[in-house]
Amino acid sequence: MTGQPFRIAEGGRIDRAKPLTFTFDGRAYQGFQGDTLASALLANGVRVVGRSFKYHRPRGIVTAGSEEPNALVQLRAGGRTEPNTRATCIELFDGLSAESQNRWPSVDFDLHALTGLFSRFMPSGFYYKTFKWPAWMWMTYEKFIRHAAGMGRSPTVADPDRYDHRYGHCDVLIAGAGPAGLAAALAAGRTGARVIVADERCEPGGSLLDHAATQGGPSAPSAAADWIAQSVAELEAMPEVTLLRRCTVFGYYDHNMLGLLEQVADHQSQSQSKADPFQPRQRLWQVRAKQVVLATGAIERPIVFAGNDRPGVMLAAAARAYVNRYGVRPGNRAVVFTNNDSAYEAALDLAAAGVAVAAIVDCRAEGGALTETARAQGMDCLTGYAVVAAKGGKRVTGVTVMALAEDGDAGGKVTGGRRAIACDLVCVSGGWNPTVHLHSQSRGKVRFDDAIAAFVPGESFQAERSAGAARGTFATAACRAEGAAAGGEAARLAGFGDTPPPAPSGDEPRQAALAPAGAPLWSVPQAPGGHGKRFVDQQHDVTAEDVALAVREGYHSVEHLKRYTTLGMATDQGRTSNVIGLAILAQLLGKDIAAVGATTFRPPYTPVCLGAITGRETGRHFAPTRRSAMHPWHQARGARFVAAGMWLRPQFYARPNEAMMDAIHREAKHVRQHVGMVDVSTLGKIDIQGPDAAEFLNRVYINGFKKLETGRCRYGVMLREDGLVFDDGTVTRLSENRYLMTTTTAHAGPVMAHLEYHLQVTWPELKVHVVSVTEEWSAIAIAGPHSRAVLERVAGGIDMSNRAFPFMGFRQGAVAGVPGRVFRISFSGELAYEINVPADHGLFVWEAMMEAGGAFDIIPYGTEAMSILRTEKGHVVGGEIDGRTSADDLGFGRMMSQAKDFIGKHSARRPGLVDGHRQQLVGLTPTDRKTRIPRGARIVAEPIGQVPKSGAATPVGMIGAVTSQCYSPNLDTPIALALVERGRDRHGEILYAASPVAGITVPVTVRDPVFIDPQGERLRG
Amino acid sequence: MLLIPCPWCGERDEDEFTYGGEAHIARPASPDALTDAEWADYLFMRKNTKGLFQERWMHAHGCRRWFNMVRDTVTHEITAVYRMGGKPPERTDS
Ligand SMILES: [Zn+2]
Repeated sequence: MTGQPFRIAEGGRIDRAKPLTFTFDGRAYQGFQGDTLASALLANGVRVVGRSFKYHRPRGIVTAGSEEPNALVQLRAGGRTEPNTRATCIELFDGLSAESQNRWPSVDFDLHALTGLFSRFMPSGFYYKTFKWPAWMWMTYEKFIRHAAGMGRSPTVADPDRYDHRYGHCDVLIAGAGPAGLAAALAAGRTGARVIVADERCEPGGSLLDHAATQGGPSAPSAAADWIAQSVAELEAMPEVTLLRRCTVFGYYDHNMLGLLEQVADHQSQSQSKADPFQPRQRLWQVRAKQVVLATGAIERPIVFAGNDRPGVMLAAAARAYVNRYGVRPGNRAVVFTNNDSAYEAALDLAAAGVAVAAIVDCRAEGGALTETARAQGMDCLTGYAVVAAKGGKRVTGVTVMALAEDGDAGGKVTGGRRAIACDLVCVSGGWNPTVHLHSQSRGKVRFDDAIAAFVPGESFQAERSAGAARGTFATAACRAEGAAAGGEAARLAGFGDTPPPAPSGDEPRQAALAPAGAPLWSVPQAPGGHGKRFVDQQHDVTAEDVALAVREGYHSVEHLKRYTTLGMATDQGRTSNVIGLAILAQLLGKDIAAVGATTFRPPYTPVCLGAITGRETGRHFAPTRRSAMHPWHQARGARFVAAGMWLRPQFYARPNEAMMDAIHREAKHVRQHVGMVDVSTLGKIDIQGPDAAEFLNRVYINGFKKLETGRCRYGVMLREDGLVFDDGTVTRLSENRYLMTTTTAHAGPVMAHLEYHLQVTWPELKVHVVSVTEEWSAIAIAGPHSRAVLERVAGGIDMSNRAFPFMGFRQGAVAGVPGRVFRISFSGELAYEINVPADHGLFVWEAMMEAGGAFDIIPYGTEAMSILRTEKGHVVGGEIDGRTSADDLGFGRMMSQAKDFIGKHSARRPGLVDGHRQQLVGLTPTDRKTRIPRGARIVAEPIGQVPKSGAATPVGMIGAVTSQCYSPNLDTPIALALVERGRDRHGEILYAASPVAGITVPVTVRDPVFIDPQGERLRG
Repeated sequence: MLLIPCPWCGERDEDEFTYGGEAHIARPASPDALTDAEWADYLFMRKNTKGLFQERWMHAHGCRRWFNMVRDTVTHEITAVYRMGGKPPERTDS
């Protein structure tokens, strides 16, 4: 355990009474409650927190916020591990463990840093130019790059934590709770509007929290701290206001829908979060807001100079935050480099905290408003100077300073002698970029404001407005005034409050001290003879030289530049680098920044875990599970279940010590010899009623339905309007104006939608109602020679004789005492019935029928046996009705009525659907009657021999494919259904079922697809 | 994500709806009388409007009613919804 050598004795918003232990790269350290991982590492003197992406240079902490480009760590371990988390955003908790990324074998000694020595071989576009060619080498290169880059590791085990989703509706959503956001919330909240305020940090207050004056406490009360506390107290007392801490507004979507990520438990230790078992780790909000106020603040940007990535070079405001908010000295001796006044405030705060300020290097010839104040405190202010290089390896040891030849010229030249200044901290400020991301995501325009040399929100596209620093207003009082005005306006437009809010007083200038004067200095040119790398995008290792190279190679559009150099495409999305890259591009092209344009910002603003997006919809909660009423019975009989859409269906019922295939073959054989029952509750059932029901059915099926009599069933085939087969099923006329349609399990939903569409859109004049009754009825199919005898025992009130109740007949009556519907239809080709009873009685009736069947050796059978039975009968299912087959392909050509129009009729006679070369349904048996026909095999006319590995394969014409295959226990031979070119003309031919996947080719005989009882004597018997 | 005003249920999230493409395409009364080209025009040819577009939506996870909507395909602004069989409001492009 090390001490905290860089911790200031007192002050800051940390709780020194609550020490916390954490480990970084396996080493234990101590910090305090209120620290971030970054501030705690700095307090412990840890400066190198990672290695860079391409050159593996040592990297340190640059910022104190979510814009951090360097300090990415792998947080936690096991299923809770999370790569690419920013140390600057991780609130410290006891027992936290994190590892640096991008380093091998350690951050201090990194073999890959040697690539830095060869970096002239790895310029921009290097991947594209080198690794992409020859193509076959890419796989090799890619592995190397992935390992070398090592952007964290994905977890390899499931995340044990819970993530929630929540929907929110509000009148005013406010993003950000800094001075502008809090003022907006108060103004909106006081009107009684429903307000949601979300702020990414753990405490409202925004940048005020980083200021020395805000730290307050009993010994040093401050107006800013009091204002924050009073504002928060007032907001929390308002019943219609929701104040969300640790909650980032990450996305702005159409019609004022915003995505929020609330990090509910990320700041807690394992034991803390266990205390509430129902607490999620994170909560994803989708909020529909009538009006939005964006008070997202501004992000300081660096200035590019040679060696600007050395650990110890950080943003001035970050250094200020570490000193004031966290009580940490990020160094002992600082050089401040700036083009504006804000860094002076940082310098003064650093000095007050005991950090020696070696020099303030101000590129402005005259300095600024605070230059004299700093000089009065004995600080060496070098105005008209720039830092041209930072020296040092794992830690900055000093800077070289030179005079600027032209005052503040963006492309300025450096001149005169060099002056070396020793330091271990360089605080840089190149101005401030308003955080316009959400405004841009909402499709609002941005414009470049020369006064502050930054993009500011332009015209809004949705119901949103920006306030405070997000709009380029930096003075605190002006931010509050602007926030109040924006909050009041938003509430008023949402229908609350009628007095227009007071106009901003204008006492204080909007920009205060934060804007660079005149043309800002974006990047400092190399000193004569200098060659240090000048980084624009530290996370992707993109240098100013890379941008120049891209421009030389013709990548003049900003979008092309981004993709070629990968500038701004890392996990930080170029928060600190985009505008600088754009400015350098503009300089090189000799254009204004406004003319070069801005890139579009896209969600998410900060990374969002997949876990949060998935929410609770994982594992068995991914989709609902549908079970029939007879499910418990199947379970008790040891059924193995198979998923059919969302349904669970019994696949087979194995007896003790019975193998799966044996059970399936036994069931399929038993049904044809005796009797069996299968649960068919999953089939779609649609109740169709109305005086025009018959006409409607006539239009949606290819065959005629007008003559279907009451008490009769008819098989029907539906086409899509493009002429291809959609679904098949039966329709029963229950009474004069009432029909029951059945569909396949898979198509129950789509068929219902199809019927609704045509009733509402195509033929609204038809008087027909349709309603899905799938769940209302339990359905049992009983099949086999003894099925009539079994049914007679439970449905004695119905005359089951062949004459009274013929094939395709329908009767209503009691089954086991339950009012039910009995249909004499057959999927298996055996004498069979389907019984529908109200769903709640399904289990009772099933059990009664099983009992009644005991005398006939009845068995339950599953979907596998059912599939064998239907294949033996040549019935088509999903494998054949795959959205590519016509009615004629499947042998339904003659069912198509010529006497009427129906959906798909015109298309069905398109040349492509009637040409003689189409593939038609056939049956196949292996010529040896033994070898199983491979699943999905291709049908070819010639046998395929072994193709030598090196040689080119000879193309073989495919004339069809196997669509269903099984072993038929009733015929004792493998069988298959297939679609084969001109198949109906080929009965008797020998073809080959070739499976390159299985590596076998089976000679097969083509035949009629109905293998059993082609005359249908069994089912009519 | 769009906020769609179902004429029967009021404003609901886009998630609850399915899209039905261009509105006011009537199925020909006598398909048999049409040439293949005329039939293809009914079945396949659709406008690709930039601007106000009349289209069909269905409130699938709600009332399951089809209705017509006028939406600006550039801005996603919804300027009108009306029932099936209703007349589109004036001043639309398509
Ligand atoms: Zn609705």
